[in-house]
Amino acid sequence: MRPLKADRLDTAKRDPAPSRWGYRYQRLMLTPGFRKMVKVGLPMLVVGGLVAGWTAREANRQLIADAYNDMKGQIQQRDEFMVKVMAVDGADDTLASDVRTVLPVEFPVSSFDLDLEDMRQTVAALPAVAEATLRVRPGGILQVNVTQRQPVAVFRAPEGLKLIDVEGVLIQNIMARGDRPDLPLITGDGARDVLDEGLKIYDVAGPLLPRMRGLVRMGERRWDVILEGGQRVLLPTADPVSAFERVVALNQAQDLLERDVAVVDMRHPSRPTIRMNEQAVATLRQINGAED
Amino acid sequence: MRDLYQSQRAQRAMRQAAMQRGVIAILDVGSSKIACLVLRFDGQDHFNENDGVGSLAGQSSFRVIGAATTRSRGVRFGEIDAMAETERAIRTAVQAAQKMANVRVDHVIACMSGGRPRSYGLDGQVDVMGQVVTEGDIGRVLAECDVPDIGEGREVLHAQPINFALDHRSGLADPRGQIGQQLATDMHLVTIEDSVIENLLYCIKRCDLELAGVASSAYAAGISSLVEDEQELGAACIDMGGGSTGISIFMRKHMIYSDSVRMGGDHVTSDISMGLQVAPAMAERIKTFYGGVLATGMDDREMIEVGSDTGDWEHDRRTVSRAELIGIMRPRVEEILEEVRVRLDAAGFEHLPSQQIVLTGGGSQIPGLDGLANKILGQQVRIGRPLRVQGLPQAATGSAFSAAVGLSLFAAHPQDEWWDFDIPAEKYPARSFKRAVRWFRENW
Repeated sequence: MRPLKADRLDTAKRDPAPSRWGYRYQRLMLTPGFRKMVKVGLPMLVVGGLVAGWTAREANRQLIADAYNDMKGQIQQRDEFMVKVMAVDGADDTLASDVRTVLPVEFPVSSFDLDLEDMRQTVAALPAVAEATLRVRPGGILQVNVTQRQPVAVFRAPEGLKLIDVEGVLIQNIMARGDRPDLPLITGDGARDVLDEGLKIYDVAGPLLPRMRGLVRMGERRWDVILEGGQRVLLPTADPVSAFERVVALNQAQDLLERDVAVVDMRHPSRPTIRMNEQAVATLRQINGAED
Repeated sequence: MRDLYQSQRAQRAMRQAAMQRGVIAILDVGSSKIACLVLRFDGQDHFNENDGVGSLAGQSSFRVIGAATTRSRGVRFGEIDAMAETERAIRTAVQAAQKMANVRVDHVIACMSGGRPRSYGLDGQVDVMGQVVTEGDIGRVLAECDVPDIGEGREVLHAQPINFALDHRSGLADPRGQIGQQLATDMHLVTIEDSVIENLLYCIKRCDLELAGVASSAYAAGISSLVEDEQELGAACIDMGGGSTGISIFMRKHMIYSDSVRMGGDHVTSDISMGLQVAPAMAERIKTFYGGVLATGMDDREMIEVGSDTGDWEHDRRTVSRAELIGIMRPRVEEILEEVRVRLDAAGFEHLPSQQIVLTGGGSQIPGLDGLANKILGQQVRIGRPLRVQGLPQAATGSAFSAAVGLSLFAAHPQDEWWDFDIPAEKYPARSFKRAVRWFRENW
């Protein structure tokens, strides 16, 4: 029998056969699951472990956060993102300065630090602003486009005179009626809710317009027209515009309001009533009495 | 017999598992080389067992994705002689094939040529239980075959039903569903020494592989190198290997006889080695480069350098003529063929309708062998090469690989064997609890 042990080294050199463990290793590496685990799972595990271990320390986490913030700041502070001026369009000077007041932005500022929606709401909350849009225009300009409320009447509130727009929103205070003589004066509780009706009444005034002093909403249901010299026209609840037209026509035809009339009561459409002043009544009685 | 039935069924189950995974290895453990092929099966739609033989003779269902050969170590006469070395050789082949296939292989179908295969013809007869023949009837008739005394220490390798007869009609390939009273069958039984197969099993187990089937290499070589009409009409396949020469006789697409001659190419080599006083490796080289069996006048003038490494100039520079080499080789080849002739005669080969003989295996590559075989075996002799299989590398298409290729065909379409049919219930042990457990194990 040939030696079993002596030349084992010798034969091992000649033999190309893989060792038992080499063979098993190769088979293991050919197993799909194991292969995937070694090639993907294990590296991921190692890298993940290292990262987790490093970030476990508070100082390291702080380092990352600082570096992140620093880099973020560097990018946000770049010239391309800086806003240098504010441009307000569509507003007169008072409103523009109001807008600048309510938007306390210190230029230059990064456009990332601007909360445009919040600022838009601030601007839109101004009473004189109907609508506002904000955007950062190229060139570092904060563009504020404002649609201003147009005053259509002067409203006398208990605390003073105010301008109101067509929707009945109070825009601003004015010191005296004389500041805006071009606008009609309207007053009374609930007048702001039916403003368009009041304006229509003014529209049909025609030749009476110079004599009109204002409109008063009475009891939140009907209008009184106040004319020069304390004359009043009481308009009905229903269809006051045509009632006033009738008064205007009556005045043109018979110079009704030129006379010494205190009140023209149109509240009953089929029966207009006139109240005269005391003197006029007396005079009328005298005339009537003389005739008698 | 019971143990064998169970172990063979276990191997069949293993083969099923391998089919489901789609990858199986073929291992041809020969005396001169160990070849390993890795097959990939392309799913059930390509691989339909009920469909008979599919296109390309049924081999289109698989593809060879890995092939490796290594010099065999520790195998003599097709039997494992030195276990550790054989194990290493198997490992080498399997590893290389796996590497080429880039897939791990767990199941292996092996074949071997040694173990003195012996062939038996069996017959059995049984009354059909119902009107028509069912699978149970076939199982019963197969179990009814009276097994001859196969001898001590032998194991059944193949037990293939090769013919069914129903009443007076014989030659049925598949009697299932036919109407008749008496079912008879002929079965072909191949036995080999159990120590040989146990050694092989042990080697494969040591390589962390599962055995999914064993076949005789003569049978496998016959499947791959006989063409269809030869298998149908009757032909013998002579697989001339390194350590043994396998004989298988086919008829009606079944192997009906198998035998082996324990002589092969290695003996020719050792003759040359002794005759020319050279090392076996050199003798092998001379044989493959200059070998032949028919000398011509030209061969007297063709001188072959018989190199040697002794340091003696006269000894190292010898030359021999090719005619001398042929003179050494021819007697041995003749002896092998004579021995084959004796075995064929003993099997009654001359009574077959066709006398075709196909020589294959590495030994059949000797130039002029067909001329010599004509004189000894008869006129109808040809040299056979294995069927072409998809993906097989060019280097593995030679006749030396006919057993390996045949084994891949066998893996794709195994012949029905006795253990593929259920043993009839009355043959089971009476303990019904065990049967219930077995039922659970098989079905869950």
